[in-house]
Amino acid sequence: MFSSFDKLKKSLGKTKDRLIGQISQVVRRRKIDDDLLDEIEEILIEADVGVAATMRLIKSVKLKAKERKLTDGEDVLTLLKEEITVILARKGSPLFNENDPKPVVWLIVGVNGVGKTTTIGKLATKFSQDGKKVIIAACDTFRAAAIDQITIWAERSKVDIIKSQDGADPASVAFDAAKAAVARSADLLLVDTAGRLHTKANLMEELKKIKRVVNKAIPNAHIYSKLIIDGSTGQNAINQVKIFTEAVGCDGIIVTKLDGTAKGGVMIAVAEELGVPVDFIGLGETIDDLQRFDPTQFAEALCADG
Amino acid sequence: MFSNLTDKLETVFKKLRGAGMLSEKNIKDSMREVRQALLEADVNYKVAKRFVKSVQEKAVGESVLKSIEPGQQVIKIVHDELVSLLGNKAEPIAPIDKSPTVYMVCGLQGSGKTTLCGKLALMHRRKNKKPLLVAADIYRPAAVKQLKVIADSIAVEHFSLEGKKPPEICREAVKYAEKNFIDLVILDTAGRLHIDDELMTELEEIKEQVKPDELLLVADAMTGQDAVKVAEEFHKRLNITGVVLSKMDGDARGGAALSIREVTGCPIKLASIGEKLGDLEPFHPDRMASRILGMGDIVSLVEKAQETIDEGKAIEMQEKLLKAQFNFEDFLEQMNQIKKMGPLDGLLKMIPGVGKALKGVTVDEKNMERMVAIIKSMTIPERRNPGLIDGSRKRRIARGSGNSVQSVNQLLKQFYTMQKMFSNMNKGKFKGLPKGMMPF
Repeated sequence: MFSSFDKLKKSLGKTKDRLIGQISQVVRRRKIDDDLLDEIEEILIEADVGVAATMRLIKSVKLKAKERKLTDGEDVLTLLKEEITVILARKGSPLFNENDPKPVVWLIVGVNGVGKTTTIGKLATKFSQDGKKVIIAACDTFRAAAIDQITIWAERSKVDIIKSQDGADPASVAFDAAKAAVARSADLLLVDTAGRLHTKANLMEELKKIKRVVNKAIPNAHIYSKLIIDGSTGQNAINQVKIFTEAVGCDGIIVTKLDGTAKGGVMIAVAEELGVPVDFIGLGETIDDLQRFDPTQFAEALCADG
Repeated sequence: MFSNLTDKLETVFKKLRGAGMLSEKNIKDSMREVRQALLEADVNYKVAKRFVKSVQEKAVGESVLKSIEPGQQVIKIVHDELVSLLGNKAEPIAPIDKSPTVYMVCGLQGSGKTTLCGKLALMHRRKNKKPLLVAADIYRPAAVKQLKVIADSIAVEHFSLEGKKPPEICREAVKYAEKNFIDLVILDTAGRLHIDDELMTELEEIKEQVKPDELLLVADAMTGQDAVKVAEEFHKRLNITGVVLSKMDGDARGGAALSIREVTGCPIKLASIGEKLGDLEPFHPDRMASRILGMGDIVSLVEKAQETIDEGKAIEMQEKLLKAQFNFEDFLEQMNQIKKMGPLDGLLKMIPGVGKALKGVTVDEKNMERMVAIIKSMTIPERRNPGLIDGSRKRRIARGSGNSVQSVNQLLKQFYTMQKMFSNMNKGKFKGLPKGMMPF
């Protein structure tokens, strides 16, 4: 528990420096007033929290400060931490439901280059270490060598993989994999899909088809759609969540590449606006760097001193 | 592309137009909204602030002098300012004036480097140059293979060395190119974080060893505020010579990319606008600014049309249309012409005003394919004379194309409506329709 918190704190160090670090600097020896809140607004926007979410955050901090008769600038930190935790924790996200019939299916979707394949590699390792039988469906048949890439990950994590050739119909691979998952009584089927921009209607249709076909192969399956978002994405993440949700639903998001200098901000915007829970966050290249997202811990790490 | 920002500014200026006179106050009001729109578009906070300030100063100063059409005037000022923010004029990518010329491509993970390398290679191969794609990403699983598959698909040579470090691979690749009459060496480096000191040092080493003629940073158009930090860091360590915006075919407002130009001073040279290897365009700041302001990108559209559409056929088509003589064969021909121009939704966004009108409308290319399939299942006499198609023929066509009879009916109905429309037009009922307009 402690070590994972430290890791989070360390990886988020730069965000903290930029976000809360900056905030704690501006609040020092100040009173809560409009000027101060303007400066905090700037810091939040520069962290990709987005205009709308920032405005709402500032508004409720202002309100709470008034309610509790707080005037000290540094109280803003506490209030922000509270607010962020509330927004991020608003919707709990169980990864599985106890009574889901086996196999459970995770459909991994997202725009190009967000790290879907890598995340699947990490998820496969994680769940098979937990004693679950995992099967990967290599449904990215579009990008050159994507199948080779996911195969290497499957070998590394020692799980079965169902694949076809480059250019094959992804839905047919999904069907075969779903059948295999039933036959081999797997616990979890991870479906890797090709990256697609949410604005391409035909590619979104293809995704719906993959989901339909899996449902056909395993009629009582619970199919969770997990959307992967690049941590450095700006406000476009909101559109991504909206449109992918329309197509195949969205039971949770996984935010990757949070070990850079940009992080977290848009997560708050997405949670604030759409209420989609964050399941995991990616903090680095190794398998252990994919961590279960804990809103309280996240806000705590974000706001921790020093 | 950038259509959301366009919408925002359009609303802003609608308000301004309504105001009649341009006072300091209503400029200020509209600038607040311009600023917010820019921020929502992921333009860096500081860049947005500077931008608004400079526009405001210019607008207030000028309005007193010539406030004939204040709204227009502000649009012009905003436009000019945007153009200057974007870098004034289109900067071309380094020419291939010696053999081998070396391009080095770098960026964060998943920004689209490998795909861009393929696109660059194809672009130059089409100009009869001989490119070499070099796999310097030895870290990501199957990255070498990915580049090889791309190279094979466009018949371009591929270079990789097993068990060697990227700087050595790149050095050897250039040596190989010198011996083998290669015109252009394209180095595909691994994705890395700008704060990863070890990997950034590796890039410095590569640069040191091969002295690239063009050092491109690939930036994802969807990136948020951090884009500036990334570009700054890459620029500081490598002195990049240009930026390529990737994933421009999405609906990201692309603001962050604008700020990259402003903050680093590096020109944006190319825009990557699709998944196909031909989907690469020069970046034109002036056109892009027009696009942002809802003036459309008609220049790009015309250029694209000129490249792909056979003029003789177009004239022939126009005559047929006006005589209401066109049939399914012409229909098919026209579909092919349009298809050659690239993804439809991309095209539509270039047309002035359409960006706004089409908000929320997605162009379903599958539907176009379905129409083509149906037409292709018709016999030649049927295509030439759709009147022949009766119930039993419809059933056959539906079966042949894998569609329902309803879809066939729908297409026929669409066709007749169009024919009627043009016949009316010929009788002078639709005089306003511009010359050369396509029926869909």
